[in-house]
Amino acid sequence: MPVFYGTDLSSRMMLGTAQYPSPSILAQAFRRSGAGIATVSIRREAGGDRAGADFWDLIRDLGVAVLPNTAGCHSVREAVTTAHMARELFDTRWIKLEVIGHADTLQPDPFGLVEAAQILTEDGFQVFPYCTEDLVLCDRLLDVGCQVLMPWGAPIGTGRGLNNVYGLRSLRAHFPDVPMVIDAGLGLPSQAAQAMEMGFDAVLLNTAVAKAGDPAAMAEAFALAVQAGALARDADPMEPRDMAAPSTPLLGQAVLS
Amino acid sequence: MTEITILGSGVAGLCVAAELSGRGCRVTVIDPDTGPGPQGCSWWAGGMLAPDCEGETAEEPVVRLGRQAAAWWQAQGAAVTWNGSLVLALGRDRQELDRFARRTENHTLLDRDGLAALEPHLAERFPRALHMQAESHLNPRQTLLDLRGRLLERGVRFLPDGPTQGTVIDCRGLAARDSLPDLRGVKGEMVILRTPDIALSRPVRLLHPRFPLYIVPRDDGVFMLGATQIESGERGRASVRSVMELLNAAYALHPAFAEAELLEIGVDARPAFADNLPRIRQRNGRIYVNGLFRHGYLLAPALARMVGDWLLDGKTPEVMDENHGER
Repeated sequence: MPVFYGTDLSSRMMLGTAQYPSPSILAQAFRRSGAGIATVSIRREAGGDRAGADFWDLIRDLGVAVLPNTAGCHSVREAVTTAHMARELFDTRWIKLEVIGHADTLQPDPFGLVEAAQILTEDGFQVFPYCTEDLVLCDRLLDVGCQVLMPWGAPIGTGRGLNNVYGLRSLRAHFPDVPMVIDAGLGLPSQAAQAMEMGFDAVLLNTAVAKAGDPAAMAEAFALAVQAGALARDADPMEPRDMAAPSTPLLGQAVLS
Repeated sequence: MTEITILGSGVAGLCVAAELSGRGCRVTVIDPDTGPGPQGCSWWAGGMLAPDCEGETAEEPVVRLGRQAAAWWQAQGAAVTWNGSLVLALGRDRQELDRFARRTENHTLLDRDGLAALEPHLAERFPRALHMQAESHLNPRQTLLDLRGRLLERGVRFLPDGPTQGTVIDCRGLAARDSLPDLRGVKGEMVILRTPDIALSRPVRLLHPRFPLYIVPRDDGVFMLGATQIESGERGRASVRSVMELLNAAYALHPAFAEAELLEIGVDARPAFADNLPRIRQRNGRIYVNGLFRHGYLLAPALARMVGDWLLDGKTPEVMDENHGER
């Protein structure tokens, strides 16, 4: 099971808390998936007088670790301010750092991300950066003190799965000991299983679950897929081959070319 | 004669007052403002009676109970427009329309010609639309003011304060949070525009994965654009981002909205329980009717009827709930 900044997790699944039909259905999704971490956005909900407090109480009542995020922040300053607000609200040093670089695709701003990660790390935060699979960017994030990486599978909310399998595989191979979470872009349980098979430590889901016709059932489907993928990874899967390999020897018919 | 005191004159309070006074009760409505107005969240509603559309995300009771609403309002003398409603998606979101169709009932898929027959202004921009033919809409503010007028004629009293007599029914929405700790606010922002450059005869929903919009036409070229849904109990302070998103979506629906006159920016918070379903609850010698969420005009008639059936005929309401501690 993954370890994030010294904290042992009992689940490889993280769930976002936005866009569900109701808080009750959100709670059901958590129960059925066994997700161990809830991410929660606060930028927009905070309001003038902590007006989002009721919803945050509902999140705390889920009984899972809370990872506040800086969703909706488009600048370093905004993200840093939001992180400070989150630390006060949830009494945690964890922050999922999003610095959005493109309003339509919600791609991360890699330059702002590194800058904000450095500021927050120096300020005692434990940063979970939402990043692309770019190797150099991830290297810089580790340089400034991040101990977890959250590369995207595909842009937020697209449900396209792992867009750049080669890039993600390469990232995983270059930093084998850094906990990595596939954040954003997953749409189907099979894609989550694939991420686990590739050796990623966890997945973070929101839209794929919240916008499903039956969010609680979809949450459970993802949990099963994550479990299957992780189990398969530990079981050391076979390598694909270019030719059919019979399970039992066919005497006298071997082709060794 | 059964004596009733209703607290609150938003859509819930007025519907309960109409139902009970219509069934012979002596009704007094207590509200500091003695009537509906901008202090209550039903003032800022869209006025869509759209149970089928709401079925996309709402649970079954919302759809079933909501189907009673239009006839109830009409029986109370409200001007209900029975033109159905339309659901559209922009080019790159066209799969949203398929998803919406899968998850809802009572619709027909229109092609461009079909759409042109209903809303000529939209047909040039949208090749496909869903027509939810059984839906309707009303003007919420006019409806509440008219209903209050009819209740006055019927002998219902509206007082700013005073002693409560008989059975007390608390319909104060989010203001009742002091006695309903599991009630929360869900902030909504809306915009009212006026333009003579485009005409619509029915509510239109524009699907979008992040910025869904609905537009409800009112008289004299006025349109209501709604609405954000933010997990916050804040009852003021419309944000630039929210208003910009609503206006952007309207502009994407039709560029004529770019030259529209901005009449109002509204904001309030809807009262909701954790499952976003309404409740009738008996506690501390009061009856609470609350948690209508974004379904005030759609569900208040059914709840009012249930309150009447309960108090006058002893029928336990379907949405009765005495467990006030649940979340």
